[in-house]
Amino acid sequence: MKKEDIILPKKNLFDVNLKEIWQYKDLLFLFVKRDFVATYKQTVLGPLWFIIQPIFTTLIFTIIFGKLASIPTDNLPPVLFYMCGITCWNYFSESLTKTSNTFTTNANIFGKVYFPRLIIPLSVIISNIIKFIIQGLIFVLFLTYYYYQGAKVDPNFAILILPILLVLMAGLGLGFGILISSLTTKYRDFQFLVAFGVQLFMYATPVVYPLSLAKEKLGVYSWVAFANPMSSIIEAMKYSFLGQGEFSFYHLTYSFIFMVILLVIGVITFNKVEQTFMDTV
Amino acid sequence: MKPILEIKKISKMYRLGVINSTTLSDDIKRFWFKIRGKEDPLLKIGEENNRLQEGGKYVWALEDINLDINEGEVVGIIGKNGAGKSTLLKLLSKVTRPTKGKIISKGKTASLLEVGTGFHQELTGRENIFLNGAILGMTKKEISSKIEDIIDFSGCKRYIDTPVKRYSSGMFVRLAFAVAAYLEPDILIVDEVLAVGDAEFQKKAIGKMKDISQKGGRTVLFVSHNMTSIKALCSRAVLLENGKLTKDGSPDEVINYYLNTSTKISYKKSWQLEKRPSNNDFLISSVWLSNNKKNKITSINVDESFLVNIDFEVIKNNTKVGLNVILYDSNQNIISSSINNHEKNFYNQKHSTGFYNSHCKIPGLLFNAGIYFISVYMFGANFSNAKMIEYVLKIEIEDGVIVRGDYHGNYDGVLRPMLEWETKLI
Repeated sequence: MKKEDIILPKKNLFDVNLKEIWQYKDLLFLFVKRDFVATYKQTVLGPLWFIIQPIFTTLIFTIIFGKLASIPTDNLPPVLFYMCGITCWNYFSESLTKTSNTFTTNANIFGKVYFPRLIIPLSVIISNIIKFIIQGLIFVLFLTYYYYQGAKVDPNFAILILPILLVLMAGLGLGFGILISSLTTKYRDFQFLVAFGVQLFMYATPVVYPLSLAKEKLGVYSWVAFANPMSSIIEAMKYSFLGQGEFSFYHLTYSFIFMVILLVIGVITFNKVEQTFMDTV
Repeated sequence: MKPILEIKKISKMYRLGVINSTTLSDDIKRFWFKIRGKEDPLLKIGEENNRLQEGGKYVWALEDINLDINEGEVVGIIGKNGAGKSTLLKLLSKVTRPTKGKIISKGKTASLLEVGTGFHQELTGRENIFLNGAILGMTKKEISSKIEDIIDFSGCKRYIDTPVKRYSSGMFVRLAFAVAAYLEPDILIVDEVLAVGDAEFQKKAIGKMKDISQKGGRTVLFVSHNMTSIKALCSRAVLLENGKLTKDGSPDEVINYYLNTSTKISYKKSWQLEKRPSNNDFLISSVWLSNNKKNKITSINVDESFLVNIDFEVIKNNTKVGLNVILYDSNQNIISSSINNHEKNFYNQKHSTGFYNSHCKIPGLLFNAGIYFISVYMFGANFSNAKMIEYVLKIEIEDGVIVRGDYHGNYDGVLRPMLEWETKLI
């Protein structure tokens, strides 16, 4: 007996067919591969761009925030401090921005063929993980160099938590991304919001400054920094690789709950929009 | 046995205008016009699109469609542009959802609404086969096992490891169709995708479709404007008109009904000023059929000649007016075409501005009795700057006693010339 498939005007909002996504896993990985092959074809430096970008951003941040503005870096070598923050932030922000236009950029394919729409944002998250790993290795290379130069860094066992931090960042990026992508089908304004919103979001996250500084300077307003679910993740990352920063299970749990709620809302909205967005996009 | 695909009371409503896809500023603009009591400034764009002439903001692209399809049936869907054919296919392939009703299908459905969906210009042919195959629902394993066949069928073996952006458009289409041809779903949904590529490839593609549907015993739903391929491939046809299913039966029956009753093609067609077909040098204001005395006609006897009249206005001095009349039989096969370049002085002739009438005379005793369709093609100097006005006229050629003599049976074929006969004792 063949499987019966019923198409109704509206499907249950909580009906996320994970089994179907699994059936399309080959497509997921082909999309990941396509992203890699296609992005850097016909560029001279190719995948080197993955590395050039964080290195140069680190350099600029070191000069501007470290030298010119003299923002303290928790007594860590500025290069490592910024690079750690930038690598993590890049992963989150790229996951967010690149999933936030899922519907508008894929309208062409979506209008012609059906496959579980979540495949597209998931493929973005995965290709970004690969990018994160490459950039992470560069960071580790720098870290090793500084370590043997005798810099005061202290990588510790908290590194083992890295996979969890990665999942948290991926979940947050995906959650925000699919939520925004669902909203952009109705209001294109959100596209513009994403562009500079992410930039502002970075300054609300301890990327270029340590959380300890925010606490010290902002006083009672420092809850703003903690309300941001990305803060605890980046701080934990800095703590585990560099030995300085806030490592708080309490705040990480908050980020985790935030992520779960965000993902649920995101997936439900996405689910609702994906059914008929072709009529409105 | 229960049908493999049941379409039950399906309706799909679209909202006209640009209401849903909008920016916040558009919504604010709308609100601002509304409070000042003016009409919506943005709505006008969409209302033109109302093909159903209901005048409202909503339009039923499909209304109350019921259709049961049994396993192994190949069903052709015909209808004019805007009749809802593509909407129906979109619902069946889950691209969008119906407003009302339900669809029950058994087994794997694959849809081919376009060839080459998701092809990436930078990837090689081989990489694109995998990507496109996976988009259409194949697993990597399935594709790997068929890849050699796909490459062979596409005829692009030499270029298979070259990025597809270097392909000619013909090669691109061949490769894309080849992937689709090796899909093995239980139900295959195909939009007008065979109308691409050169004649040789179309033949190959139709042959492949035939294989899929007949030997494979697969269920196929197939939209086409090409009546010949519907007749060749399908075991059943349905007609959609204004979103409703109006005819269901054998392909011959449905196609005849469609062409002869349902289409509004008649013996004359005039356009309002702003809608006249134009190539920027001249505009066609009307086309009409007449007898030799320029009296309008709807039908003509087999032995009488008739004229295809084209009224046009030249809007630029020194315009070269090129015209071509194309005739089709009732199955929409082209049977003949005639260009006005053998009109006297065609190559020296330059029209100044003004109104003209051209006619092309079609002699009697040439075509068999039956219904014929006519397209008119307009072009400028050097056969460029062309525009096609498709299926604009219809003529019924009637049988007369004179040419039949005492024979009362059918005459086969499209032509009915009076050929000479002679018999001698040898």
